[in-house]
Amino acid sequence: MTALAALTGHYLRVSFTNKFSLVFSALQPFLYLVLFGPLFDRSGVGSWAVLVPGLLVQLGLTSAGMAGFTIVFDQRFGVLERLRVTPVSRVTLLLGRVLRDSVVLLVQAVAIIVAGYALGLRAPIAGVLGALLLTTVLSVGMASLSYTAALTLRQELFAPVMSTLVVPLMLLSGALLPMSLAPAWLDVVSRLTPFRYAVEGLRALFAGSYASSALVWGVVVSLAFAVLGVTLGTRRFQRENA
Amino acid sequence: MIHARGLTKTFGPVEAVRGIDLDVSPGEIVGFLGPNGAGKTTTLRMLTTLLRPTSGAAAVAGADLFADPAAVRRRIGYVAQGGAFAPFSPVGEELVLQARLYGLNREQARERVATLLAELDLPGVEDRTTVTMSGGQKRRLDIAMGLLHRPELLFLDEPTTGLDPQSRANLWDHVRRLRERDGLTVFLTTHYLEEADALCDRVLIIDHGRIVAAGTPDELKTEHGARTLDDVFLAVTGRELREGAAA
Repeated sequence: MTALAALTGHYLRVSFTNKFSLVFSALQPFLYLVLFGPLFDRSGVGSWAVLVPGLLVQLGLTSAGMAGFTIVFDQRFGVLERLRVTPVSRVTLLLGRVLRDSVVLLVQAVAIIVAGYALGLRAPIAGVLGALLLTTVLSVGMASLSYTAALTLRQELFAPVMSTLVVPLMLLSGALLPMSLAPAWLDVVSRLTPFRYAVEGLRALFAGSYASSALVWGVVVSLAFAVLGVTLGTRRFQRENA
Repeated sequence: MIHARGLTKTFGPVEAVRGIDLDVSPGEIVGFLGPNGAGKTTTLRMLTTLLRPTSGAAAVAGADLFADPAAVRRRIGYVAQGGAFAPFSPVGEELVLQARLYGLNREQARERVATLLAELDLPGVEDRTTVTMSGGQKRRLDIAMGLLHRPELLFLDEPTTGLDPQSRANLWDHVRRLRERDGLTVFLTTHYLEEADALCDRVLIIDHGRIVAAGTPDELKTEHGARTLDDVFLAVTGRELREGAAA
């Protein structure tokens, strides 16, 4: 527990010292909010309460999804090896980073929701709080898988592969336009990605439909995704890096 | 302090280490020598739990390497070849974090870091980053990182590579002092044979994944009728290289 607190605290200090990356990793969803949101709101497809949940998932992809980038440098400078030679459990070494990423994402998500309110978003407070919780669960899975990828791919491949992967995942989640508009084949492909369920669960929360099956699916899939991410991430941390 | 029997490591078809036996007693300074690619770093990484051996058995600092790697980690310090500091982070923060990972609270960690830095002639560098430091200072900083939890056994991977002669001699003094004062056992790799001669009680030479010579520097020189350790080293390693050149 002490080790986890020490690691998370250390990483948070580093992140909040370097405000550039804090802003930069939330920039894309923020731009969509400001430059695309007003169009979406008047398009007749849906209101701000439909778009903002999608942007939270986009944020998960761009912020937590790119978290692995930091470990590439730690690996290069011997920092990771120095941590691996301590008696701290491997899952703690992973979670120390992941918790930092979740806190960072939470701060960014609050900023986007507040900016959304200024632009015209209206949603019940309980739903918004629930959405923040669900986004956090999703970010645990995202960040863990990002570290797994960073430790598995060749160093120079991580950034191009991940930033390319984020685009189809975001489009298929229905974050920008609801998948109810999609032709059948696209709908099917979309259902194969976990983010589709997260987006729909978040939209249910913003709409105040707390008993909907969309929310149940969103929660179940996000939790499963987080468990899968942490399991794979821990395995990768356990394996020797020869 | 270290007892290893038949340690091997294969990477795919490559046999990096082919059955190593070694014994290191408490308080010894042992030099581990060998040409590039001979298996030095692989052996070191196995003994420090960073790499799982393919086969063999080993007890390191009284704990079984296979059954209880966490106990090994608690008792050893490891200073890697390339250092352990990110270039743009204040070194004090990194050291305090590392100390806390060994169970010290924040106050104890700060105190321990300050004491250790002073002992290694680096007082008050906590707020600096390694970018502003000399090679010798960085190396001592790496050693401080490895000593935070008062390990019984310290592994140093090429601790003096790239250092000027003064910094190198200074580092030797620190290593000797740690052994004399704390009874620290030191297992180090080096390419500088005069370093092994001056600093180490005993020397092991590895080539092609096997130990090809072992003994005190004087024993080895006598045994091979050599004047320096360099001559011993050349006599026992690189046989294939020479035979290839002759043929």
